[in-house]
Amino acid sequence: MNNNNFEIINTPIQINEVINKVEDRNAGAINTFIGTVRELTKGKKTVYLKYDAYISMAEKKLAQIGGEIQKEYPESKVAITHRIGELAISDIAVVIAVSTPHRADAFAASRYAIERIKEIVPIWKKEHWEDGEKWMGDQLEHKPYPEGKPEKGDLN
Amino acid sequence: MSIRILLFAELEEKVGTRQIEIDGTEMTAGEVRNTLLEKYPEVSAFNSAMMAINEEYADDQDVVREGDLVAFIPPVSGG
Repeated sequence: MNNNNFEIINTPIQINEVINKVEDRNAGAINTFIGTVRELTKGKKTVYLKYDAYISMAEKKLAQIGGEIQKEYPESKVAITHRIGELAISDIAVVIAVSTPHRADAFAASRYAIERIKEIVPIWKKEHWEDGEKWMGDQLEHKPYPEGKPEKGDLN
Repeated sequence: MSIRILLFAELEEKVGTRQIEIDGTEMTAGEVRNTLLEKYPEVSAFNSAMMAINEEYADDQDVVREGDLVAFIPPVSGG
């Protein structure tokens, strides 16, 4: 898969550019996931967010996720762009596009990609509230890591 | 004779820089971690961070050699 399909950028994400990367004559579906900046988390009001990344490794890990999806769905195409820097409420933080011949696979693969990003891609979010700020840690709700890090099998 | 180390997020902020170097030609990732815990005893986040060697996740027993790029990866929060 083309490596340009997996990007970390510090400018607003153009959704259509991500979608265009996965267009395919054999696709019957293109599913997109758009992750946006939420104002309220557990009642606490976010003013803005700052994302940072280990860019070179993050792009490799995004490409790894694309490879995992292609292994499961050989006819799929995947593109993922994540934005870093300062983001305001409702700004787009991540866009995932997956095309497959049939829609069920495109839905499943998009879901897989966003969950996997939260497991293995070195990107960090700093919440800025009215009364403080904090680098956020692991936010996976369904899979806490007992040792504070992914299991070996989750990484490779 | 040094090993380059990258720090991110909370670790970068607490140590005050993104890149540091430590003396050494060959040691395990765990030894790198312990060296930094000794050097920055107030930064407990070194304990909970994952490590990467040359952009791949590593275990504490993996070996780091001179010229390798080590990174401490605090729990990630992308998406």
